[in-house]
Amino acid sequence: MTQQAELLVDDQEKGPESEFETPGRWRTVWRQLLKSRQAMIGLAVLAVLFLMAYIGPLISPWEFGEPDFTAFYQPPSPEHWWGTTQTGQDIFTSTMVGLQKSLIIGLLVAVVSTTVAAVVGAFAGYLLGLTDKALMWVTDLLLVLPTFVILSILAPRLDSGSWLIFVVLLSAFLWMVTAKMVRGMAISLKEREYVLAARYMGLPAWKIIFRHIIPNMSSLLIVDATINVVAAILAETSLSYFGFGIQPPDVSLGSLIAAGTRPAPTHPWTFWFAAVLLIVTVLAVNLVGDGLRDALDPRAKARRRKRRRPAPAAAAGPVRPAAGTGRVQGTSEKAAGKAP
Amino acid sequence: MAKFLLRRLANYVLLVFVATSFAYVLAATSLDARTYFESQTPRPDPAAVEMILTERNLNDNDPLAERYVRWLGGVVTGDLGLTVQGTSVNDDVQRRIGVTLRLIVLGAVIGSVSGVAIGAYAAVKQYKIFDRVSTVTAFVLLSIPTVVLAVILQIGAVMINDLLGMRLLLYSGEYSAGLQADWWGTLVDRLQHLILPTLSLALGQLAAYMRYQRNMMLDVLDADFVRTAMAKGLTRRVAMRRHALRTALIPVVTYFAFTFGVLMAGAIFTETIFAWHGMGELLVHSIAGNDINSVVAVAGFSAVCVLLAALASDVAYAWLDPRVRVS
Repeated sequence: MTQQAELLVDDQEKGPESEFETPGRWRTVWRQLLKSRQAMIGLAVLAVLFLMAYIGPLISPWEFGEPDFTAFYQPPSPEHWWGTTQTGQDIFTSTMVGLQKSLIIGLLVAVVSTTVAAVVGAFAGYLLGLTDKALMWVTDLLLVLPTFVILSILAPRLDSGSWLIFVVLLSAFLWMVTAKMVRGMAISLKEREYVLAARYMGLPAWKIIFRHIIPNMSSLLIVDATINVVAAILAETSLSYFGFGIQPPDVSLGSLIAAGTRPAPTHPWTFWFAAVLLIVTVLAVNLVGDGLRDALDPRAKARRRKRRRPAPAAAAGPVRPAAGTGRVQGTSEKAAGKAP
Repeated sequence: MAKFLLRRLANYVLLVFVATSFAYVLAATSLDARTYFESQTPRPDPAAVEMILTERNLNDNDPLAERYVRWLGGVVTGDLGLTVQGTSVNDDVQRRIGVTLRLIVLGAVIGSVSGVAIGAYAAVKQYKIFDRVSTVTAFVLLSIPTVVLAVILQIGAVMINDLLGMRLLLYSGEYSAGLQADWWGTLVDRLQHLILPTLSLALGQLAAYMRYQRNMMLDVLDADFVRTAMAKGLTRRVAMRRHALRTALIPVVTYFAFTFGVLMAGAIFTETIFAWHGMGELLVHSIAGNDINSVVAVAGFSAVCVLLAALASDVAYAWLDPRVRVS
């Protein structure tokens, strides 16, 4: 493999786009996204949440973990904005710290699991044969394993403060569905001219996969990453509820909700602030995810608008219900199908 | 078709075996049954503890392979092993399995049937009020984890009960202990207990099915075969039900197997929050109590349930899609 040949492949990739004076794909997507009201609301809410999570603890008069021995179970007041817990912890401060953790966990798990899914799926779909059989068997097995049981056995055994390992554990059980979809796409991409050209030039398989197959699935991967953010946040909450998730002294929205459940009927502020923040976070990610899907996958949008403004007959295409079920599925319901 | 289903079944049985074995190895290596005896006062004699542990097949000093073979031998003959306390896991499972099955079967059936119905109707009425309201509701419901939903329902029940001044919705346990009532009174009592846990499971399912079914239905509404069906004289209603809905159901049916696993995990939360003594609660207790054989029993149970659901969706798939039956 010579360098020129590689350059040639690169040129070929850029070729068609530089010929016409059209805006780049990502700019089009961004413009679509700007037009989508729900995606913009979602993004704005997420930005506010991030700001809150990182600035909140700084402007709060209380340190995280600092008990106020004069205020147990105090309702929200100018002193304690969101009230206090049984041990006199300031709920605003701890909720903000918990929100930080939940957001970071969601993002990290999404990045890690989507990366794993892309690599596994692309290798299985491109190489097929024995590699495919082996990888897909592992994928099926992980899908069948009672994820919650395994996570709840392993998570409490982690040392306190090692939430990064928890992120790895969560990611290990969230990549399978995406990987199956990636595999399906890789199989069809494999027959495209640019992949064939790269292959006939003698590019090794792994280079084709990383340079041509995976970048061409970026829209699917981005949408799936948002789904995985939701799945990760929901999974973390569920595990933390039983003390199987984030271990103290770290807190997350899940562990705060768990702590607030018991006193909730009599001291509602211990539960509602964290619970509503969690719901708002997930809702915002779902909104962004759905907006992104519309921007990246014109077919999905055509389908939505179809009944209002009938699309040209050619655009509708034949209906093949069993094929590509994953692609047309909305982001949020798939997350619901994923979270343990 | 029988061949297709048999092949799937064989594959599923293998997967259950591997999954449960994996759960056993994981539980046996990471849970320490010894802690149960160490917390006892007076502290039992170490030699005696060794003996008891070995007798109950929980001793981490015995080779793992030996313990596994002994456990597997038991499972094959229908014996799930002993708990840390020395009682039979079978007894526990027998007592609890019905509770969990009632919860998840009801949750799955109510959730999927009503979700599919609402989703299909929303698609037919696209952009009308019903569609908009149901879509927004589904979106919000999908953003609430089961745990939080269950707690919110519980708090809501307390408020409703206070408002009505009577105990209408009960949120602790599966039935009132020591209830003296006739057949009818018992049924009402059971229902009062059943509503909230089932709702907390079904609502999430309902939302997911609703959104999915709506998308699938929109895909086929304008398809040629639906137009043909109406052209040959079927009313719109019948064409929708027999042709559009049936076709749109195929991908949703495959989705059923996926969501069943989520439902199983959901049952763990609902049971714990509403104090039902089912398999989910057994799991939480047995992990906390380092009860290896019970943990594996629950893991095996949930694997079997998920695979039964997968098999059920294979059957439904074959029934809905003639292409599967023919090939």
